[in-house]
Amino acid sequence: MYEGVVQDLIDELGRLPGVGPKSAQRIAFHLLAADPADVRRLVHALVEVKDKVRFCATCGNVAESEQCRICLDPRRDVAVICVVEESKDVVAIEKTREFRGRYHVLGGAISPIEGVGPDDLRIRELMTRLADGVVTELILATDPNLEGEATATYLARLCKPMGLRVTRLASGLPVGGDLEYADEVTLGRAFEGRRLLDV
Amino acid sequence: MHVAHLSLVDYRSYARVEVPLEPGVTAFVGPNGQGKTNLVEAIGYLATLGSHRVASDAPLVRLGAERAYVRASIVREDGRSALAELEINPGKANRARINRSPATRPRDLLGLLRTVLFAPEDLALVKGDPGERRRFLDELLTARTPRLLGVRQDYDRVLKQRNTLLRTAALARRAGGGRSGALSTLDVWDEHLAAAGAELTYARLDLVAALQPLVDKAYDALSTGGGPIVLDYRSSMSEDPLPTDRAGIHAVLTSAIAAGRAAEVERGQTLVGPHRDDLVLRLGPLPAKGYASHGESWSYALALRLGSYELLRADGGEPVLVLDDVFAELDVTRRARLAEMVAHGEQVLVTAAVAEDVPPALAGARYDVAAGEVRRVEHE
Repeated sequence: MYEGVVQDLIDELGRLPGVGPKSAQRIAFHLLAADPADVRRLVHALVEVKDKVRFCATCGNVAESEQCRICLDPRRDVAVICVVEESKDVVAIEKTREFRGRYHVLGGAISPIEGVGPDDLRIRELMTRLADGVVTELILATDPNLEGEATATYLARLCKPMGLRVTRLASGLPVGGDLEYADEVTLGRAFEGRRLLDV
Repeated sequence: MHVAHLSLVDYRSYARVEVPLEPGVTAFVGPNGQGKTNLVEAIGYLATLGSHRVASDAPLVRLGAERAYVRASIVREDGRSALAELEINPGKANRARINRSPATRPRDLLGLLRTVLFAPEDLALVKGDPGERRRFLDELLTARTPRLLGVRQDYDRVLKQRNTLLRTAALARRAGGGRSGALSTLDVWDEHLAAAGAELTYARLDLVAALQPLVDKAYDALSTGGGPIVLDYRSSMSEDPLPTDRAGIHAVLTSAIAAGRAAEVERGQTLVGPHRDDLVLRLGPLPAKGYASHGESWSYALALRLGSYELLRADGGEPVLVLDDVFAELDVTRRARLAEMVAHGEQVLVTAAVAEDVPPALAGARYDVAAGEVRRVEHE
């Protein structure tokens, strides 16, 4: 144990995701040794992010104003909505540059064990967005684990009567990988979802 | 396949032990409590990532040590050898290495070494709860088809989520009203339960059908009548025999879930599905549990393992057969018959308290095990 404020800093850092006690200690001592200007810049960034960033009123993505950049962008296709669990999933999909529609961030997945039901996710907001009939396709891009699948099934059932095209991202083998290194579950899924080669 | 070398560090009673092994029969002989079973248990652990004796890892580590190491060099069918290593860290994640390079997950070890292990604890297969028999089936399933481990884990996870949901809903109802939306996702969990449950049930039925004649044959050889053996899969979904196709099972499970909903909401748990099924072991017209004598139960349990062994052999990739302390319970005739059945296995490891218990047909390499030392006995 270190004295007073140093230990406080280590404890605070240790609460961050992915930071264990050893890493927390390393970061704390790095900050102690760092240039005061650097540390102020970090403090400033932390305060700014809490003060300025809010969540998009439309899609729930992180935004710096009432709406996020994607929802404000007139070039994005308003007929397609891609549903994801977290804002970081939006970033991941944006990197592909494949998707030109808009997003809807749920804020998690249905999981009774963690006490998360449909009412705790931004599902009502999604239904409101779908009500005007502009949207024709809903892409369900929740995580490919049990909770993500369950959330996708739930949404698909909910949206079916609306006459939408509801699609689910494919799961299978990573591109550029070796078949032999794929785990059995992934490889099994890939077999299930195999497709006809059009030649 | 066979194990060419076993090395243990801080495992159970052993601070360190090196045991070179050969194909064919090897007997570990020594008085009780000297560490014979620990050797074969370690081999079983490497193959299944679990001990046949304890559920937690803590007892596997020598008193005073922090972690245990199990290392085996395995010679596979194609003549290539692999070095499998496992670091057992009780309370933490175990770590595996294959051919000296770290594996992503210990699970990657599965399939590298295949074993069928019979031990006195297996009497619980016959006399114990349905859970013992479900575990027996599921372990054999994943040994044959590793993909089904994923299906089983999915099923367990759906079950946990669904039970939590039902429990929350039951509590809310008792508290009077509560959130009406609590059960709005139940349909979704039903669907996932039915999908994973049907797949698991289908695989189990398929396995039981393949296993039945082999177990019957083994029992017939081990005992003097009382048969035939019938493995009767009893499903919680229906009194009638289940359909033999996946889609049919899926339909039965789906309607059973729908029919049982009121009771499930009332009790706050999932009442139908493969987690409530049983494999009724019949001996002639009667269930073995409650009717079979001690000797018959013993032979039955042994026949289940020998049947599994034959099944895995038939699939290709001959497993290592481990018979822990089996001979003391059998009379001379049955010992001889058992010996005849297994003598041609690629590798058979047996343990016995006294050398005389090991039938002459299984005369192979012999090790004396005493006070944590394993010493090879040269034939005179």
